[in-house]
Amino acid sequence: MADTRVNLAGLDLDNPVIPASGTFGFGHEFSELYDLNILGSIALKGTTREPRFGNPTPRIAECTAGMINSVGLQNPGIEHVIAHELPELSKVFHKKVIANIGGFSVEEFTYCCALADRQEQIGIIELNISCPNLHCGGMNFAAAPDSAREVVTAVRKVTTKPLFVKLSPNVTDITEIARACENAGADGICLINTLLGMRIDLRRQKPVIANKMGGFSGPAIFPVALRAVYQVYEAVSVPLIGVGGISGAEDVIEMMLAGASAVEVGAANLVQPYVCKDIIESLPHVMDSYGIGSLREIIGKAH
Amino acid sequence: MTQEIFEITENRLIARDIYRLHLLGSTAAMSAQGQFVNIRLDGKFLRRPISVCCYDHESVTLIYKTVGAGTRQLAAMRAGEKLDMLVGLGNGFDVSKSGTSPLLIGGGVGAAPMYGLCRELVAQGKSVIVALGFNSAEESYYIDEFASAGAQVLLATVDGSAGVRGFVTKAMEALEYSYFYACGPMPMLEAVNSAVNTDGQFSFEERMGCGFGACMGCSCKTLTGSKRICRDGPVLEKGEILWPTHE
Repeated sequence: MADTRVNLAGLDLDNPVIPASGTFGFGHEFSELYDLNILGSIALKGTTREPRFGNPTPRIAECTAGMINSVGLQNPGIEHVIAHELPELSKVFHKKVIANIGGFSVEEFTYCCALADRQEQIGIIELNISCPNLHCGGMNFAAAPDSAREVVTAVRKVTTKPLFVKLSPNVTDITEIARACENAGADGICLINTLLGMRIDLRRQKPVIANKMGGFSGPAIFPVALRAVYQVYEAVSVPLIGVGGISGAEDVIEMMLAGASAVEVGAANLVQPYVCKDIIESLPHVMDSYGIGSLREIIGKAH
Repeated sequence: MTQEIFEITENRLIARDIYRLHLLGSTAAMSAQGQFVNIRLDGKFLRRPISVCCYDHESVTLIYKTVGAGTRQLAAMRAGEKLDMLVGLGNGFDVSKSGTSPLLIGGGVGAAPMYGLCRELVAQGKSVIVALGFNSAEESYYIDEFASAGAQVLLATVDGSAGVRGFVTKAMEALEYSYFYACGPMPMLEAVNSAVNTDGQFSFEERMGCGFGACMGCSCKTLTGSKRICRDGPVLEKGEILWPTHE
């Protein structure tokens, strides 16, 4: 029997399949569809210190093999997540979760991470320093090594939980950002966040998205994500989560061959709500067909 | 919500740019009139949300307007072809509040969900009035069907080619009714909101990502907090709506 188990910075997962932050809410909608406990883990909706409504609508645009979103980190705030969302999720999901923490300042990141640090249910903190929807032109803490180092150094002081940093592809050299995060104490790197993109409505001759630009995701960005994982695998020694355009078991294996220890499935959840279940069920068969006995043994094997 | 494969039994042009699509498949997840389905189309990443015109235990009727490449692709599909749909999406209309003589207001393709609602309210013994607004006679549809279903039908067209000349609010003037339900383009809904004199419910549209509440792509602000049009809506109560011009 194919062995799908992996280890992520000390956290044992039954399989490497994790719904990506922002595409799975806090699990509620999907718990009505299938037993969430088949998942490796769940990356929760990006959470900030204050409740946020997010950006004006339209927030969604379609692209060839993908979509643009400009949700803008709509979330009920960290206090509400801890008091309500985590207890609700614990009724239907009995494994450790990945808390995705967003913010506008170093202080906001440390505030939220200090609270997340005290939650038994949270197995990994994923630092979202790369949301393209928060600042004009997509600037963020993941845009330069110095700002990435600053926020990771500060957060490292307030949590002993495994700390993964989610990086932006919208940079010249993602490896130097990844190295800065590793040097500042990150236990892992999650890559990639969405690509900054836009569409224009031909009838109105204006951008489709109210905020003009948004984050491009979906199968179209899979090669970009794979490349980033491949490059960063050679630049750092901490484990990687590969995310971007994954929609089938073959994509999972390809991402792990590039160097990912686990993967997150994002936009595919929104259009094929059973996609994570389908991937998990087909993974052993696809592994067999490629003569793969254990997923742990193929991590980075393409190098 | 469930994901189902439906078989097309009819896909027919019934007015200018307006098609009626009849499908066979499991409707067990549908629980109210005014819900919608989300249709997967080959080569398109996002599904297409289309409101349900009416349904029974084994079939669903959709009425849609061709507005872009996706709906044009849908219009080219033929009987016998299959569609992957998410069904039972959204809250739908709450019929328990209708009172004895509800007014149903539909504009353009927004008239479609009023048909199933009309049939349900008539079956409950309600005295249903339907006010329909279209741009012109050639864009109008289902006027006879609403009448056959047992409703009193009032019609307005912008160019005056059928019914009274003007917007749907023209057809509603001096009416007495116990409650209202409205669906149509945003400017129409705002005009209806100013014209009505009872409580009621509005069905809204928004660009959606998933259609089932996961992505927060279609959120709107209301007096009762932020709501997802796809899951907490598309039907909102008059008293909770923050109209865009008043924000």
